[in-house]
Amino acid sequence: MTVAVVIFATLMATLIAWLVRQSVATRPWVAAGNVPELAAQELRARQVMRLGLVVLIAVITSLFGLFISAYLMRMEYADWRPLPVPALLWGNTGVLVLCSVALQWAYLAARSGRRSMLKLALLGGGALSVLFVVGQYAVWQQLNAAGHYLTSNPASAFFFMLTALHALHLMGGLVAWGRATSRLFGGADPAAVQLTVELCAVYWHFLLAVWVVLFALLSST
Amino acid sequence: MAQTTHDQYPLVGPRELEEMELYHPKTWLGKYVFSQDAKVIAIQYSLTAIAIGLVALVLSVVMRLQLGFPNTFDFIDPANYLQAVTMHGMIMVIYLLTALFLGGFGNYLIPLMVGARDMVFPYVNMLSYWVYLLAVLLVVASFFVSGGPTGAGWTLYPPQAVSAGTPGTDGGIILMLLSLCVFIIGFTMGGLNYVVTVLQARTRGMTLMRLPLTIWGIFMATVLALLAFPALLVSCIMMLLDRTLGTSFFMPAMTSLGEQTAYDGGSPILWQHLFWFFGHPEVYIVALPAFGIVSDLVATHARKNIFGYRMMVWAILAIGGLSFIVWAHHMYVSGMNPYFGFFFATTTLIIAVPTALKVYNWVLTLWRGNIRLSVPMLFTIGFIFTFINGGLTGLFLGNVTVDVPLSDTYFVIGHFHMVMAVSPVLVIFGAIYHWYPKITGRMLDDTLGKWHFWITFLGTYAIYYPMHYLGIEGLPRRYYAYGDTAFMSESAQDVNVAITLAAVVVAVAQILFIYNAVRSYFKGREAGSNPWQATTLEWQTPHTPPRHGNFGDELPVVYRWAYDYGVPGAREDYIPQNVPPEVTVVPHDEERHPEMDPHRDPAEESQEL
Repeated sequence: MTVAVVIFATLMATLIAWLVRQSVATRPWVAAGNVPELAAQELRARQVMRLGLVVLIAVITSLFGLFISAYLMRMEYADWRPLPVPALLWGNTGVLVLCSVALQWAYLAARSGRRSMLKLALLGGGALSVLFVVGQYAVWQQLNAAGHYLTSNPASAFFFMLTALHALHLMGGLVAWGRATSRLFGGADPAAVQLTVELCAVYWHFLLAVWVVLFALLSST
Repeated sequence: MAQTTHDQYPLVGPRELEEMELYHPKTWLGKYVFSQDAKVIAIQYSLTAIAIGLVALVLSVVMRLQLGFPNTFDFIDPANYLQAVTMHGMIMVIYLLTALFLGGFGNYLIPLMVGARDMVFPYVNMLSYWVYLLAVLLVVASFFVSGGPTGAGWTLYPPQAVSAGTPGTDGGIILMLLSLCVFIIGFTMGGLNYVVTVLQARTRGMTLMRLPLTIWGIFMATVLALLAFPALLVSCIMMLLDRTLGTSFFMPAMTSLGEQTAYDGGSPILWQHLFWFFGHPEVYIVALPAFGIVSDLVATHARKNIFGYRMMVWAILAIGGLSFIVWAHHMYVSGMNPYFGFFFATTTLIIAVPTALKVYNWVLTLWRGNIRLSVPMLFTIGFIFTFINGGLTGLFLGNVTVDVPLSDTYFVIGHFHMVMAVSPVLVIFGAIYHWYPKITGRMLDDTLGKWHFWITFLGTYAIYYPMHYLGIEGLPRRYYAYGDTAFMSESAQDVNVAITLAAVVVAVAQILFIYNAVRSYFKGREAGSNPWQATTLEWQTPHTPPRHGNFGDELPVVYRWAYDYGVPGAREDYIPQNVPPEVTVVPHDEERHPEMDPHRDPAEESQEL
């Protein structure tokens, strides 16, 4: 459980450090009358969405961190047989990197208001994401064909479970992606979808990072 | 429902806060059923949680009837006794306490207390309730599938939770695990709202250190829940796979009913680690909102500022951080390395420090306060007593050498019911008596409330104090019947009879509360907007009950912290948070002499005008 404890310590330390940088150190009973200004409404609305995504990312980090903890603990038992790593996983990783690049490109296009480039980048990001999920499914088929099933060994059980959960999170992201894309193709202004595209890009980068950690773990053990 | 309006201090319209985009319901269904208004969602959460909580209350009476009068009731057999034990624990901890504190009080109080129009993601907030309701319905459904609900104990330890011979291993355990997964997804939707609303939607002037402690408690509990519930989700997903698809995450090689099972090599201890990694923070997920609410009730009804506000905030943060490194004190008898036990005993004793600080601060707030023994105050003081009692037995169980002989006995039952069942429930009652006037516009009946308090408070002591004695005698928990066990004294059965009688009285007495709540809704005395003369923003709304959007046309501006009670030289003994400093000035000839005032806090010097 060391991994989980380290992750939690980091998350809690971040939160507390952030709170301290806010006003937690002031003495409220002597500060009556002082009314600080608020940021502009539009900025606040954007901060709300960004913070929402940060909190969601923290929760998903905790989820995968705990799965990794469980993985490392279960690995210690005698019946653990390492799983061969299908070469296709490298290809899938490459596709996921391209997804991230495409969405980052989309974000830059939205910021500079280039509509056709935004459309292209968004569609590309979505298509590559679907390709990644299909690729993961193909890896499952290869493993099954080689005789590795969900129940044959804890290593393969973890492999199927973790890849499935990661793919599910990606598909959840595709819902937000779908909303932005349909609004854009329905004639919305690039500026109107800029925030959603930005959040999608961040989420995809995060899922890429999660995948890299998972891939390293699954292939090295 | 009574509708009242009242004159307020003039609102300063902050230019920065434009009219928020609110979802305005157009139909009856949109207003009361599929509502996106946090206040309606709060009431939906609360009523659902209380309804399922009543089921769990009945289950506890079933258990007590069996223990007090074994071989008397035909409808209780060993299987459904274990099912009652399991479902009572699970429902009370997850579906009642967590949902009521965070979904109920969190939804109602966060937007009102921080001065927001609503939660920041109202649609997600609405989904959160409906997903929670689905989780509750899955639990209810498990009572009706073949084999009934699971009887594995609320900790659902493998292998017995999924192996044949335990009640409810057909559909019951599957529905239980599914329901927990659904609950966690629903909670995450709500929790996202609570955290972001507290951090981003506070009104002008509401700095973090001007937040009422209720909000600090709910905020930190939500952070803990968001990070700790994934541990339960992880373990539930893995056990579902073990149970349905035959993986061996937790299930070791074993023979069941004389046959070798297909499981091989899994680790039941892994479940215990994951479960308690969630389970211990869960204690604080329930306790921290209770701590926060108690702090506000104590200050309001003792007419005194909370003692050590900053210390209280830091204690909440410290408890939150520490609660993640004490989990294995639930596992001292699992055969762990003794040095681990030493480590976890130490952290357990350390977390008692900020907790004890909070208790001292409540008592010091009462010290020389102008105490009004209203019903909420009675429940608050009852909580402080009970929490101290439960906390002290926690010191026993936190130490490995004392815990080992007491493990799995009625001492443990007595301890955790005092500290995490009775204590939070007393706070829930106190909070309902306190905020009911704001929610409905009418007061709850005082006499009925006092009867309800005394029967509940004294009754729970009659139930749980004797359990400590039974536990020291060695009476194990979760047993259907004890028969002629050699180490039990003859009086142990008499004690069990007495406990059962007390439990029945306390359970029946809750009818007083339900009757009071229903009757007062229609016939209670009109409350006015601020019956307790409280300072926090929810009592300063232009309408009672608050309408859609909470604060009328313009949001309040906050000038001070939430605890300006009994400020020397002020016009009244409380100054609401939205009153600007100049309004509190007293004409010169009325002015009291601050230096003569024995209650004066030197730290407040600079607040003087």
